[in-house]
Amino acid sequence: MPIEFEAPKPIVQTQFVLKTVAVEMMRAHSRYFDEHEHESPWDYIEFMHTAMKATGVGSLAPKEKPSPPSPLPEGEGGGDEKKEKRPPIAYQALAAQIEMLAWGDVGMYLVTPGGGLGAAAVQAAGTPEQKAKFLARFGGEKPTLAAMGMTEAGAGSDTASIRMRAVLDENTREWILNGEKIFVTAGDKALTEYEQLGRGFIVVWASIDPAAGRAGMRAFVVEAGTPGVRVTKLEHKMGIRASDTAAISLVDARVPYDNILGSPTVEKTTTGFKGAMATFDATRPLVAASGLGVARAALEFLKEKLAENGVQIRYGLPRQKLTSIERDVIEMDIMLRSAWLMVIKAVWMADNKKPNALESSMSKVKAGDVGTKITQKVVEILGPLGYSREFLAEKWFRDAKITDIYEGTGQINRLVVARQILGYSGKELR
Amino acid sequence: MYSFEPTEEQQMLVEAVGKYAGNDLRTAARDAEEGGELSKKLISKGWEIGLLQASIPEAYGGFGERSAVTGVLAVEEMAFGDLAGTLAVMTPSLFATPVLLAGSEEQKQTLLPKVIEGDWSPYTAALIEYAFDFDPLSLKTTATLKGEEYVLNGEKAFVPFANDAEAILVYANLDGQTQGFIVEKGAAGLTIGDEREKLMSLNALPLYRLKLDNVKIPAANRLGGASGHDFEPILAALRLATAATAVGVANAAFEYSLNYAKEREAFGVKIAQKQAIAFMLAEMRTEIEASRLLTWEAAWKLDTGKEDAFTDAYLAATGAADMAIMVTDRAVQILGGHGYIREHPVEMWMRNGRGFATFTGLAIV
Ligand SMILES: Cc1cc2nc3c(=O)[nH]c(=O)nc-3n(C[C@H](O)[C@H](O)[C@H](O)COP(=O)(O)OP(=O)(O)OC[C@H]3O[C@@H](n4cnc5c(N)ncnc54)[C@H](O)[C@@H]3O)c2cc1C
Repeated sequence: MPIEFEAPKPIVQTQFVLKTVAVEMMRAHSRYFDEHEHESPWDYIEFMHTAMKATGVGSLAPKEKPSPPSPLPEGEGGGDEKKEKRPPIAYQALAAQIEMLAWGDVGMYLVTPGGGLGAAAVQAAGTPEQKAKFLARFGGEKPTLAAMGMTEAGAGSDTASIRMRAVLDENTREWILNGEKIFVTAGDKALTEYEQLGRGFIVVWASIDPAAGRAGMRAFVVEAGTPGVRVTKLEHKMGIRASDTAAISLVDARVPYDNILGSPTVEKTTTGFKGAMATFDATRPLVAASGLGVARAALEFLKEKLAENGVQIRYGLPRQKLTSIERDVIEMDIMLRSAWLMVIKAVWMADNKKPNALESSMSKVKAGDVGTKITQKVVEILGPLGYSREFLAEKWFRDAKITDIYEGTGQINRLVVARQILGYSGKELR
Repeated sequence: MYSFEPTEEQQMLVEAVGKYAGNDLRTAARDAEEGGELSKKLISKGWEIGLLQASIPEAYGGFGERSAVTGVLAVEEMAFGDLAGTLAVMTPSLFATPVLLAGSEEQKQTLLPKVIEGDWSPYTAALIEYAFDFDPLSLKTTATLKGEEYVLNGEKAFVPFANDAEAILVYANLDGQTQGFIVEKGAAGLTIGDEREKLMSLNALPLYRLKLDNVKIPAANRLGGASGHDFEPILAALRLATAATAVGVANAAFEYSLNYAKEREAFGVKIAQKQAIAFMLAEMRTEIEASRLLTWEAAWKLDTGKEDAFTDAYLAATGAADMAIMVTDRAVQILGGHGYIREHPVEMWMRNGRGFATFTGLAIV
């Protein structure tokens, strides 16, 4: 297909539907959940679960590729034969959905049932049997969440130095996990038994052979209710307060042998680590998309306020003739649109099974920059209106910053990009 | 659907352009810049690739159809070789493409074959004016209708190959609208500067100032005929060329500094192994990608007649101008003192890089 920028129809239609959800179910309650940290937006969660069961909208667990996660409203992309003719757009659809939900409220988006980063890890590193086993629950009776625990108190960016340990009990053929994870997004909703929720799980990264370093890293599916697994803390944060961020301790937690994702043997290669990296290639553009949703919310709000006050943006004038506000807005338009195109390219590559480590990390670098810059600028330009909690601009400023931190900080993603373009290993460029 | 894959035809074209850019333009670039001259042979070779010819339908002597997407792909690739050379090769487009886009049927029939049949010949256009607040949408050069003729008055700057141009498409302000007028060689009242423009870069490209002192043009020489034309599509095509050439030059600087950083050692390691350098390179690559995609999208919008195509072309050009100076500046920085020396091309690209905020009017896709 030639170069083209027409958003696929099913995506446009889903956006249309999701926008209403974003306005009514999310925006309307943004401030409440920002001010009531650790309360849960149950209405949103239940609504999304029902909607997703009907349509697949918002599902964070792409089904077996190449068939899309059927985020398509009735009548579009229905029959199987139709699907086969169409190029795959599952990740593109997902990115667009996430952007719209984050435009509504990124904190609430992070508690969307459907599997989140946990399901993404199973998707990227699991066997077909594991995918079938662990992902089926998201279509169940109750909304269900999953989470992913890589980060530890002593290991953030440096994922290879995690201390979580998994030892095989030869007698029972069970893995015994010991250690503590922190900053687990949706960790509480994935593990704690809430009446409103189905049984979730958390994908825990651990070492089966510390001497092997990266090669020894593996991911384990740890189900809610596993003895020895406990949420020990819920963080209080600058933003995205509707999303729970949990510390989780595992003390002699036993998980079935088959819950190890991918291969259990430690080879000389860095298979385990690569599994983690494959997850990130898939999820980074999605995280980027969520950051851009926040940025778009802020930029649109700014434009509305400017218009209300009779300030026009005179696109097309030479820089020298523009006011400072016009220059800022035009620069933000450029940043936001080009960042979005980078996300779309990265997920388009994922859909078409092209290796996208470079594009994926570039989109995250860009979105991290753009999200923080735009929201900072919007608050600045709006003055007291921007700084006041009467409006959401100040919240978006607080929310946006996380994009440049999780799923690899801006620096870590720069490292990934640099290694890709230089052809360097992690040893050659630390 | 979204797709980021050029067609096979486009890929072949880009490949041909790439060969010319790498083997011919790049090799000649430094001497051309220092000596102030591009050989006729070099320009002809670029012309023979047929970018312009392939954008003009058979009915007017060409062998294809215009596509802004193809244009930006090809022009980026050529500018990767050398900017001045690219602008020289593409100069006849400055005349022909607006005629194709906005000319009357008669103008297309008579003018286009003349430009594209045979060897490269100097047809050109004059848009830029010598003012800090130059604005293509409100020109200081004026056109007034007097009876059967338009009378042009004013001054133009940065006009490529004006000295021996067969005809110049001069843009002027007609009742507040930017309109093109075809001024033939030797028109009475048209003075071409004795000396070439002296700029910070583009020394290889012969650029001139024009003076229009009551230059009288038959009414039929107004672009589009009696009712004139829309300037926006032309401006968008000019802006897209600015964006695409900026991406090409930035990419040249990026690639050169990347390779240098992998060779150069300091403190016992390659400088590319230092994060301060590696992160600059990562950001350069990221911003190049951002500008490139914005340019592609704007070109696609222009081709498909999307409502916001003109605004997007403006955004693409504005963004690319910022990107180009950022990237080329860093390329010089990565080479350190050596980057400042004219033995390496990065200083030339940095001088190019600062120009993209000013160059709209020097190339069109
Ligand atoms: C709200 C929230 C939600 C999160 N959700 C999850 C989750 O669901 N699952 C999960 O596993 N983790 C999660 N995280 C953790 C997050 O991914 C980490 O915080 C992040 O990767 C950075 O790790 P760190 O905080 O330990 O910082 P550090 O790694 O200590 O980094 C500190 C600083 O040093 C820089 N730095 C580190 N290494 C390098 C290097 N090699 N070169 C240059 N600079 C470097 C970093 O960029 C950063 O600026 C979450 C974090 C937050 C705040």
